[in-house]
Amino acid sequence: MLKCEHYQKFKAYKDRILALGNDSLEKTFAVAVALCLVCAVLVSFGAVALKPLQVYNKSLDMKKNILDVAGLLEKGADIDAAFSEKIEAKLVDLETGAYVDNVDADAYDQRKAAKDPAQSIAIPKVKDVAHIRVKAKLAKVFLVKDGDKIKSIILPVNGYGLWSTLYGFLSLDSDGQTVQSINFYDQAETPGLGGEVVNPKWRALWKGKKVYAESEQHAFDKGSVEGADFGEPALHLIKGVVDNNKPEAIYEVDGLAGATLTSAGVTNLVRYWMSNEGFAKYLNKVRTVKLKEAKS
Amino acid sequence: MSAILNDDLKHKLINDETKKVLIAPLVNDNPITLQVLGICSALAVTSQMTTSLIMALALTLVTAFSSAAISAIRNHIPSSIRIIVQMTIIASLVIVVDQVLKAVAYDVSKSLSVFVGLIITNCIVMGRAEGYAMKNPPIESYMDGIGNGAGYSLILIIVAFFRETLGSGKLLGFEVFKLTKDGGWYDPNGLMLLPPSAFFIIGLIIWSVRQWKPEQREKIDFKILDIAHGEGGHH
Repeated sequence: MLKCEHYQKFKAYKDRILALGNDSLEKTFAVAVALCLVCAVLVSFGAVALKPLQVYNKSLDMKKNILDVAGLLEKGADIDAAFSEKIEAKLVDLETGAYVDNVDADAYDQRKAAKDPAQSIAIPKVKDVAHIRVKAKLAKVFLVKDGDKIKSIILPVNGYGLWSTLYGFLSLDSDGQTVQSINFYDQAETPGLGGEVVNPKWRALWKGKKVYAESEQHAFDKGSVEGADFGEPALHLIKGVVDNNKPEAIYEVDGLAGATLTSAGVTNLVRYWMSNEGFAKYLNKVRTVKLKEAKS
Repeated sequence: MSAILNDDLKHKLINDETKKVLIAPLVNDNPITLQVLGICSALAVTSQMTTSLIMALALTLVTAFSSAAISAIRNHIPSSIRIIVQMTIIASLVIVVDQVLKAVAYDVSKSLSVFVGLIITNCIVMGRAEGYAMKNPPIESYMDGIGNGAGYSLILIIVAFFRETLGSGKLLGFEVFKLTKDGGWYDPNGLMLLPPSAFFIIGLIIWSVRQWKPEQREKIDFKILDIAHGEGGHH
């Protein structure tokens, strides 16, 4: 009965408003409010109803990328199952290079953390070779396991190219030195030129390359090796095609044709993330542990 | 009974006006080549056929439904807030389309990135709302939206066809020409991958359409005065 009364009132109000002249103040307000309400309901309904599907898509896409860089992506296979079976997420404190166990690694979002002042560090301009300005204190790395043994290490990397920040993964052998693969899951470089960073043929060129200089002459910055067992990062893109007969060929990858600035961006991001600012300390720890295991 | 109803409905739907608003925007009144609207996204998304098709579909749906919605309430829109009312309806639809794409076609939505959002500012949607839907009933406005969306799609598909085949030797991601870098014969044209190439292609399309249909050529607005016989004579 009460409802009915309200409805009658509403109906009377509606009829009165609709009968008003279009340019009256009251009708202008009434139309604006009603329209905003309808549109707000439509948009929020869409956003809320589709949210679970979107979140799932996003995480599935990320898992697909990680499996891809690990070389484990099979067509038609169950991505969720393959991921949880073979890959373990771990957090690394970039300052010390040690694992952090008191934070839930699966729920941690490194890109979000990089934007949060409490969880990130501003990079001093002189050290910011990858032009990313901030980095998260904790990095989320992925270990590819074969039973108990670590088969390879997947490191998140990012850096500025020509138009966009490239986000990707670099996967290294458990020696922390030999590249297995690289992929970029988020970039907006020129399609066909810089956008070729996603080309499988180009990505295949990275396999077997070495990250750190084993002799002084190949390093980027000579002399600034702070207690590192290996030299400075040396892996970089060159202009044109790598001559495989040269000794330095193991540190070189073909540059992308017509994309000098994207190529430079990729070199810079490898150089930054493989230095002491990035994962060098962590990789040293990994190697030390491995050496100890081998001795005992 | 139902057959009669169907015929009746068909007759109602496909009357002359509907036919006109559906067919005319394809060539005679094409939003891109004649009205020169919506050029921005035609440059941005046409380097690949897949993104162009999705963009064309998204824009067609948004134009059709926003025109229908605006037309349904056209008699009650206060003229002082007319544009903002149209924008609100369009923006809401675009957000919904964007959300749906993210949920069902994640890869495509990633490659379209900001351009779906930019449908809000696409001149075609606003142009049809203001130019047609404000004065015509909902069904015709809906058909007008579909027609204009189809006209836009047609141009997008033509541009994307040339840009993807000449620029990367592929169509819909499948190899058409074997590229020299993969040991084939075709050396791709890098310009085709960059947005300015769409200007050239759209320009060529406009030129050929106006060659085919001379009535589309714009009339000369004014004549340059001949000084010897013009103003000089009056004293």
